[in-house]
Amino acid sequence: MKPTAHAFERNARQALHDATLQQALARARGGFVDKRRAAIEALPEFAALRAAGRAIKDHTLANLDHYLLRFEAQVQAKGGQVHWAETPEEACAAVLDICRQAGAKLVAKGKSMVGEEIAINDALEAAGFEVVETDLGEYIIQIAHEPPSHIIAPAVHKTRQQITELFEGLHHQPGLTRPLQTVPQIVDEARQVLRDKFLAADVGITGANFLIAETGSAVIVTNEGNGDLSATLPRVHIVLASIEKVVPTLEDASVLLRLLARSATGQEITSYTTFFTGPRRADDPDGPEEFHVVLIDNGRSAMLAGPYREMLRCIRCGACLNHCPVYGAVGGHAYGWVYPGPMGAVLTPLMVGLEEGRPLPNASTLCGRCEAVCPMAIPLPKLLREHRRQEFARHLTPPRARWALAAWAFFARRPQLYRRAARLAAGLLGKLARGRGRFRSLPFASAWTAARDLPAPQGETFMDQWRRRNKS
Amino acid sequence: MRVALFVTCLVDLMRPSVGFAAVKLLEGLGAEVVVPPEQTCCGQPAYNSGDLATARDLARPLVDALAGFEHVVVPSGSCAGMLVKHYPELFEHEPEWHAKAITLARRTRELSAFLAEHGARLAASHAGRVAMHDSCSARRELNVLAEPRALLAQVDGLERVEIKEAETCCGFGGTFCVKYPDISARMVADKAAAVIASGADTLVSGDLGCLLNIAGRLKRMESSVRVYHLAELLAGMTEVPGIGEAGR
Repeated sequence: MKPTAHAFERNARQALHDATLQQALARARGGFVDKRRAAIEALPEFAALRAAGRAIKDHTLANLDHYLLRFEAQVQAKGGQVHWAETPEEACAAVLDICRQAGAKLVAKGKSMVGEEIAINDALEAAGFEVVETDLGEYIIQIAHEPPSHIIAPAVHKTRQQITELFEGLHHQPGLTRPLQTVPQIVDEARQVLRDKFLAADVGITGANFLIAETGSAVIVTNEGNGDLSATLPRVHIVLASIEKVVPTLEDASVLLRLLARSATGQEITSYTTFFTGPRRADDPDGPEEFHVVLIDNGRSAMLAGPYREMLRCIRCGACLNHCPVYGAVGGHAYGWVYPGPMGAVLTPLMVGLEEGRPLPNASTLCGRCEAVCPMAIPLPKLLREHRRQEFARHLTPPRARWALAAWAFFARRPQLYRRAARLAAGLLGKLARGRGRFRSLPFASAWTAARDLPAPQGETFMDQWRRRNKS
Repeated sequence: MRVALFVTCLVDLMRPSVGFAAVKLLEGLGAEVVVPPEQTCCGQPAYNSGDLATARDLARPLVDALAGFEHVVVPSGSCAGMLVKHYPELFEHEPEWHAKAITLARRTRELSAFLAEHGARLAASHAGRVAMHDSCSARRELNVLAEPRALLAQVDGLERVEIKEAETCCGFGGTFCVKYPDISARMVADKAAAVIASGADTLVSGDLGCLLNIAGRLKRMESSVRVYHLAELLAGMTEVPGIGEAGR
């Protein structure tokens, strides 16, 4: 997808005025937050688990080359293949090659954020393949021709009414004409349409929540079981995974799975947690004939070596999105690329460039709630500040903000001059307010006063009054 | 006991009565309060805007001005958080300044935390329902949550109420409210609605930034909820007009 992160401000304003979107966001927000809280309160050792999870990730990242090579060797030993891709283009090319060699027509795809990152659907469709998303949320946004707005709930921005309308428009052709009213009816109808796709697909693509070095397994968690069907029914299974998904052992994966489910949906464990290890063996009742893993870098090696390394601990649970007041106000599409919210505000500039992604690290009050709820304790505010530091150093900060900062700093560095300026401002504004105690509008503060009054200064500065008091 | 008071630039400029309330509370502990005249601003706007050189330029004289005191008290979770948490980060690569920053961080307390730590006995009274808003810095950078509540419990006649979704930011965020005014406006609208829904007649907080924001929204809504800094209420100094109120 073409990034529109640079237009965050415009995107956000539109989102704030979109009544339907606001309705969908308000409904989603509370659910995620409450369920997570309940799940964590029910698990006294959550803090210890979090520390253990973080340690596993830090250890793995410090030895990433070792574990990736071990993973590759194990995949090969089990009869599968690993394809290394440095860029999105290389990753797409690898997938297209596999599909062509398989003589595929139809590709069934489970949910994969890295798939969005490399725009695999566009690549497949451009090459003449049909792609069907099998996760209900992904399916909804696919038929709506929209990108996901949340990393675990891609269609969270849509209301039931909108989904019903989408289905009515599209499903008429296969003869489905029952009016949809309830969520189970929506799910049933999607299941009916998708069932045929699962059976007809030649290639199944899934993402991976974790890769396990000791066994060469790819792990996915879903609540719909669609990932399992995408992976086991078609002849060929392709796993798309970024390099930081690897963990050393099954034991390590189980620690992270406990953190992931609770942080994401407030579940103890998701409905389906599946470990795929190689293609089907002679006595297996089902499974694909070929098993491929496409390992994607796309800037992650560079992150490993730099100040954003801690971001690679991210397990894509979405807790930071669900708890971010900015995400809650504007939704995921405003962020203008694949990853929204605080985690996206760190990742997007690293992947599409700081020139394009500049607004995102600034679209945060640095309230710190994202870090507080992150199961991997990623210091997201610190990483957002690091982007701002780079922005300032590279002169990407808008001139007006730079000048305002420079003017303020000029006075703040000179206490005597600062006192005089403060005295003047406080006195003048105090008088201007003329005893009303606040301003309904002020020319230089129109952004503030559009939605709230500006309390007026009391009049004389503290420092002036203090000096007088201590003289007498 | 000598205590250096860092009044913060917002208190100095907008609401000096908060500074005097802090002085009164500290003197109530028997402290001698000193206000080092070199102070202006802690440098947080520069720090959060990525201008680290300016942030350091502002931090150095303040670190020096506050160096001679065993106790440094700040009537703001946000500015205290800057001194306690971010000054050491700011000087990570300058060993000499890093050591000074760590010493300062160890001696610095947010006002209500300092009062609670030193067993303040208050003589204030306030008849009414009071909601406490915790700034995100107080809550998450300093973990100051119990202290203001314990102090409010000492105030005669006061009934305390909690605000729903208290953990959600009010949308001030320093320069955020200027950079993204529309989003900030939405956040403060939600917060002001939650304050009103709490049934409080008075809102207090340890941070003037949040208070200017929330009071501004409450006043725009013509709400009757009165807004004070926590220190003003604890010091029994609510005879001055509330934030955003006309003089009486």
